[in-house]
Amino acid sequence: MRPTITLLLLAAAAAWAQDTCVDCHASLEGNLQAPAKAYADDIHRERGFGCADCHGGDPTAMDPEESMSPAKGFRGAIRRTEIPNLCARCHSDPDLMHRYVPQQRVDQLAQYRTSVHGKRLAAGDENVATCVDCHSVHDIRQVKDPLSPVHPLRIVVTCARCHADEKLMAKYNLWATQPEDYKASVHWKALAERGDLSAPSCASCHGNHGATPPQVSSVAAVCGLCHVLQEQFFDKSPHYEAFTELGLSGCVVCHGNHRIEHPTDKMLEIEGGTCGKCHEADSQAGKIAAEIRGMLVRLAGELERSREILDEARHAGIEVSEAEIQLAQARDNLLKARVTVHSFDVAAVGRDIEEGLQIAAAAYQAGVEALKERDRRRLGLIFSLVAIAVTIIGLWLAIRSREQRAAAPAETARE
Amino acid sequence: MDSSRRGIVYWLLGGGLISSLASFLYPVFRYMRPPEVAEAAVSEAEVGTVNEFPVNSGKIVRFGNKPVLLIRLGEQDWRAFSGTCTHLDCTVQYQPERQRIWCACHNGVYDLNGRVISGPPPRPLEPFEVHLRDGEVIVTRRA
Amino acid sequence: MALATITRIRLWFEDRLGLDAVKEFLAHKSVPRHSATMWYYFGGITLFLFGIQVATGILLLLYYRPSPNEAYESVQFIMTQVDFGWLIRSVHSWAANLMILAAFIHMFSVVFLHAYRAPRELTWLTGIVLLGLALGFGFSGYLLPWNTISFFATKVGTDIAADVPLIGPALARFLRGGTDVSGGTLTRFFGFHVAVLPGITTLVLLLHLALVQKWNISIPPKVEEEYRRQGREVPRIPFVPDFILRELMAWYITLAILGVLAALFPWELGEKADPFAPAPAGIRPEWYFLAPFYTLKLIPSRVWFVEGEVLGVVCFGLLAATWACLPFWASRKDGTIRTRLVTGAGVLLASYLAVFSALGYWR
Repeated sequence: MRPTITLLLLAAAAAWAQDTCVDCHASLEGNLQAPAKAYADDIHRERGFGCADCHGGDPTAMDPEESMSPAKGFRGAIRRTEIPNLCARCHSDPDLMHRYVPQQRVDQLAQYRTSVHGKRLAAGDENVATCVDCHSVHDIRQVKDPLSPVHPLRIVVTCARCHADEKLMAKYNLWATQPEDYKASVHWKALAERGDLSAPSCASCHGNHGATPPQVSSVAAVCGLCHVLQEQFFDKSPHYEAFTELGLSGCVVCHGNHRIEHPTDKMLEIEGGTCGKCHEADSQAGKIAAEIRGMLVRLAGELERSREILDEARHAGIEVSEAEIQLAQARDNLLKARVTVHSFDVAAVGRDIEEGLQIAAAAYQAGVEALKERDRRRLGLIFSLVAIAVTIIGLWLAIRSREQRAAAPAETARE
Repeated sequence: MDSSRRGIVYWLLGGGLISSLASFLYPVFRYMRPPEVAEAAVSEAEVGTVNEFPVNSGKIVRFGNKPVLLIRLGEQDWRAFSGTCTHLDCTVQYQPERQRIWCACHNGVYDLNGRVISGPPPRPLEPFEVHLRDGEVIVTRRA
Repeated sequence: MALATITRIRLWFEDRLGLDAVKEFLAHKSVPRHSATMWYYFGGITLFLFGIQVATGILLLLYYRPSPNEAYESVQFIMTQVDFGWLIRSVHSWAANLMILAAFIHMFSVVFLHAYRAPRELTWLTGIVLLGLALGFGFSGYLLPWNTISFFATKVGTDIAADVPLIGPALARFLRGGTDVSGGTLTRFFGFHVAVLPGITTLVLLLHLALVQKWNISIPPKVEEEYRRQGREVPRIPFVPDFILRELMAWYITLAILGVLAALFPWELGEKADPFAPAPAGIRPEWYFLAPFYTLKLIPSRVWFVEGEVLGVVCFGLLAATWACLPFWASRKDGTIRTRLVTGAGVLLASYLAVFSALGYWR
């Protein structure tokens, strides 16, 4: 209760306090008015900071000569190369930041200086991203605010403002396809379509303030932050040394970096598949690929077969939920095998596949039993129908005999 | 119609009536006998004997249609949580050497209260209650 | 010796229960026999199927639980764990549909054979009430398994009830036990289905049967005319045992059909209802509600100043009321029947129901 009241009072105080900057600029037009209007949404305003805290000057003075006087510290519009230092005045000050957000990091400037953006800015290139290019200016929102340009769902668009601009990227010898590629990936689908905020976007792999593409040698480690087992298997596989020698980065060679699509068993093919990009069909590697692929396809096929028979039994009204749950476990085995693939070890993959095959076979057997039960029910029905048919015939004969007897006396009478 | 033929008709009719009635009543009487399990496992499931679960181990058991991770931390300390990861529905597992719950799919980690420690899972694991009855382990839904 | 004891016991009961009068009555009871006699059986078939519903319904009551948390699971339990539970449940679902079908056939045969005419107007009225009760049974019972289809069909059905002018919203609230279809609706429908409707039906059914007994089976005007010209009486067959044998045969044929349907086409369980999920595409009610349902879909949302659905509901109400009053507008002041008008109206109604039900099913 008390912190809320304090905050309310602060906000009110901020509102009541004379802020001639906003008063004056709000009544101007165009570019001069925009910051004053935008500032209503800014987190700094909420925390009690005003224009003068960044731009200097005297917010209590009515006379522009006074309020915007250099003698009072007025800086005017901040030069791009000066922006990081200005922001860091507060954001790299632990005592200050921790007054507002105890767990806030204060190393953003240090990180920025290690980034490509930071290094180029220091060299005088004003065309690179600074704080305000990503976080916006005058209407800066918290990262977790869905309207913030650096919210996980919007980062791609923010980075793409420059990194999808071919002309701009050409100046630095960079492609401009990454944002489009990323938008075709499973990670973007998870983020945008499923709303899974844990899915990686640009900053997850490249870092945010210290944005640098992961070194060739560390790409696998970055992917391995989430895809733990795949990285572990890969590091123990023959590909690890081979790729290291060739200077290739682990995951990227087969899966790509930005346009990471859903992997399929087709990747293990030589003709038109991923393995075939390097390996010949009759090489040892080619044979391993074929064997592994064969195992995966086989388990997938067995799962399909068991699924079909269980569906048939279920539609016939037989209870098969136990078997269906078993089958789900076998599906887990297929998933595991597809992870173990990254070891490129036939025996290891084989173990997962074998277990899955056994479970699928048991489920299939349960389906066969279920269909037998269905047949038993049909047999019971036939027995019942026979009894009913016999009764109907008996009834019909009884009716006929009574009719005949009813007609007979009349005939004898007529005779 | 002579009486022998009439006799056949009535035998047919009587036999048919009795056998058809029997074929109706037999299922009805079988139906009325309660089955082995008295009710659907909506709120309770017997998952095994106490001896089947070593100390500091975890096992996926079945609760109705869904998997439940049953963990025996100590002689008397049992925990049970939904076995389905809240991220993308993979089955979680217990890591005895780290005493935590882990999901292999995307490295989601939960503590022994089902709360998310790290990784992508957005929600904690639903907890279940564990009771012991005559050496049997019973998992029930939280009331 | 045993036979003599059985006979003595039988005579004791007959004496105490006054069965002599009953036996006298039955001995003299007879049924007309002519070309249209076969249609007489459909009333009995409807009654027989109702009896099956009561029996299987009571059996289902042994295991069913009427709450949203347990309804679906209890039906699943019946289908999978209880011996022959699948059979009892399938029989109950199929017999419900067959009963309503038989009721409609019975009604149309009464129309085309003009059995509604004086003095049987009350029999017709009680019959219409029974048809309405049967539809009520169907509607309330449909929700009880608490699966997706039944949940949304109930939602749609009670929405239509809300379109009745004046009392609509109150009626829908009463049916639903609240503003939305919920666990309250399930409890309520269960009460309707196993207590309220059976109670009312028993009373109306007894009245209907008593009236049928009192006035005997009607003979179609054409048949009466035919025999009058020939100067003969319409032949009759004794109720006991001849008509009973034939009735029994009709019932056994019904049983055979029911058995085949229940065993070869078991009723599906579907998915458990999720009130928060969006309605799946193509929700439609059971076949006996398809004709009015499809008609409502065709009516534009506004007709003149009236909302389309309200207009539809009002028209159905008027149609039902007119149909219920059939015996009155079908008879002329001199007592004769406008047979051609009624037959025409019957054909029209039957065709409308058949065509629109088919359209509702396939569109």
